[in-house]
Amino acid sequence: MKNTKKIATEIRKLTLKMVFEAKASHIGGALSMVDILAVLYNGILKFNPKEPKWEKRDRFLLSKGHACTSLYATLAIAGFFDIEELKTYAQNGSIFLSHASHKVLGVEFSTGSLGHALPVGCGMALAAKRKKENWRTFVLLSDGELDEGSNWEAILFAPNHKLDNLIVIIDYNKIQSLGKVKEVLNLDSLRAKFEAFNWRAVEVDGHNHKELMNAFMNIPLEKDIPTVIIANTIKGKGVDFMEDKLLWHYKSPSNEEFEEAIKQIEKSS
Amino acid sequence: MRTAFINQLIVEARNNSKVFLIVGDLGFSVVEPFANEFPDRFLNAGVAEQNMTGIAAGLALEGYTVFTYSIGNFPTLRCMEQIRYDVCYHNLDVKIVAVGGGYAYGPLGTSHHATEELGMLRTIPNLTVCSPGDPLETKAVISATIKHSGPCYLRLGKAGEPIVHKNEIDVGFGKMLKVIEGKKTVILSTGAMLKYSYDFIKDNELKWGLYSLPFIKPLDLNGLKFINANYEKIITIEEHQKNGGFGSAILEVFNDLFVNNKIRNMPIIKRLGIENRFLVVAGTQNYLRSKSIINLIGL
Repeated sequence: MKNTKKIATEIRKLTLKMVFEAKASHIGGALSMVDILAVLYNGILKFNPKEPKWEKRDRFLLSKGHACTSLYATLAIAGFFDIEELKTYAQNGSIFLSHASHKVLGVEFSTGSLGHALPVGCGMALAAKRKKENWRTFVLLSDGELDEGSNWEAILFAPNHKLDNLIVIIDYNKIQSLGKVKEVLNLDSLRAKFEAFNWRAVEVDGHNHKELMNAFMNIPLEKDIPTVIIANTIKGKGVDFMEDKLLWHYKSPSNEEFEEAIKQIEKSS
Repeated sequence: MRTAFINQLIVEARNNSKVFLIVGDLGFSVVEPFANEFPDRFLNAGVAEQNMTGIAAGLALEGYTVFTYSIGNFPTLRCMEQIRYDVCYHNLDVKIVAVGGGYAYGPLGTSHHATEELGMLRTIPNLTVCSPGDPLETKAVISATIKHSGPCYLRLGKAGEPIVHKNEIDVGFGKMLKVIEGKKTVILSTGAMLKYSYDFIKDNELKWGLYSLPFIKPLDLNGLKFINANYEKIITIEEHQKNGGFGSAILEVFNDLFVNNKIRNMPIIKRLGIENRFLVVAGTQNYLRSKSIINLIGL
C-alpha cells in the first residue's frame, strides 16, 4: 500500500503552485478533495497510466470541474504525464484548462458546468452492466452542485437500474459560491435524501485516509444498489487561513500567502 | 416519418450491434418493436431529458451509437447544454431525434411547437443538423448519419406524412435532392414543407424547380453553386422561424461564397418561414402554417 498521506501532501503543494502561478481561483474546493483523490488513485481505482484508455479501467469523473488542479496533480503523480507539464496550467495554448479537460491524459470527461458528470456516469455504468463488464464508475461531486436538478434526475435513475457499479462521492465542504450551503439551499439531511432515493450511503471524515479507504473497500454496500460516500470535508483543508473560508473559492494567494501555505502543508506532513 | 424512423432503426440495429435507443418516456405505439427486439439496447430514461442526454453521452463514450428520442423541444432546448457540452464538445456518436418538427403537434400549443431549435442547434460545432422531407428521406438520412460517426440532430414530422419522392432514395451525407427540374425560380425546401411545395408547383402548373435539403448542416455547397448557376430566383421554405433557420443558413452560405469570389453573382433569395412571434391559438398544422404566412401564394 502506498503512503497516501505523503501523496496528499505532494498533491496539495502542486495544486497551490498551479493556482498561485496562474493567479487562478478555486483553491478552496481543490484542497478539500485532495485526500479523497489521494486514496482513490493509490489503492482503489484500477488504471494504467501507460494505457489511459485501457478498457478494464475504473472510470473516474470529476463533476466539480473547477477544482481540476488537484486532479491534474494527482494524475501527474500517478504517472499519466510529466509533473513538469503542470507548469503550463491555464497558460495560453495549454491543454490544462482551468476546468477539467479531457484532452489531459487520465481525465475521462471535460466538466465545468455543474451537474453534468453524474448523468454521464450513469450512462457509463449502464454500459458496463449491459456489456457484463466489471469495471466501476466513480463520480466526485461538490455539495453546491447538488442544487442542479440534473443531478437529482440521475440520482433517481441509478437505483432504478440497479447500478451498484456506480459510486458517488460528495465533497461535502459546506461552502458554495456565494455562501454556506446551509444558507443558500440547505442540503440537510443529505444522507437521508440519498437514502430516500434508494441509495446506500456512508458518511466519512473526508480527510481521514483510513475511513476513506474502508468506505471504498466496502462498495457496493449492497448488491444492485448504488453507493454514495458523503465525505465531510473542510474547504481549503491544510492551510489554516484558507480553511472554511468563502473567500478562497475565488482568491489567489499572494507571494507571502503562498509561501506560508506551502510551509504549513510541509509541516503537517 | 416516425414510423419510417423506427423501422429503419430496427434494420440498422440488426446489422450494427452498437445502435442503442433511449426514449424520454415518449413514443407509445412507435418504439415498442425496437424495445421488444433489442431489450439490451433500449432504455426509457423517464421524463428527464438532461439525464437522458448525459446517459447518451456516457453510453457513446463506451462505444454505442446512441439515439435519443422525444417530442419537440424536449430532447433539444430542454437539455441544450448537455447537447453542446457533453455530446458535441466531446464529439460523441449521439443522434438526437425530435418528432413533431414545426407545427406538427398543432393544437397542443407553443410548448409542443418546435420552431426555433434549428437556429439554436446549427451554431453548435461538430453537430450535423438534418430535417428530412418525407418518409423516404427519413430512411435515407438515418442510414447516412449512422455511417457518419458523430453528433447529429434529426428533426422529424409526426406520422402520416405523404411520400413525395417517386422511388427509394439514397442521399449522400450533406447532399441535397432534386425533386423537380425547373426554370428561373427554384424552391429550396427543408423538412415537411416539401409536400406543400411540391403540390403548389404541380397544382399551379408552374415551371419552377424544387429541391429538398434534408441536411441543413453541412449544406451542400456544390449543389447550391449549381442552383445559383441555373436559376434566377431562390425561394427557401421552412416550418421554423426565419431568424437563424434554414433560409438564414442559405443566405449566409451564398454571401460567403460571393464575398470570397467563389460565385460571380449573389442570387435573389426570398425566405419563407415563421415570423418572430408566438401563436396563441389552437389549430391544425395547416391552419397554423397559414397563420404564420408560410405560403407561396403571391409569389
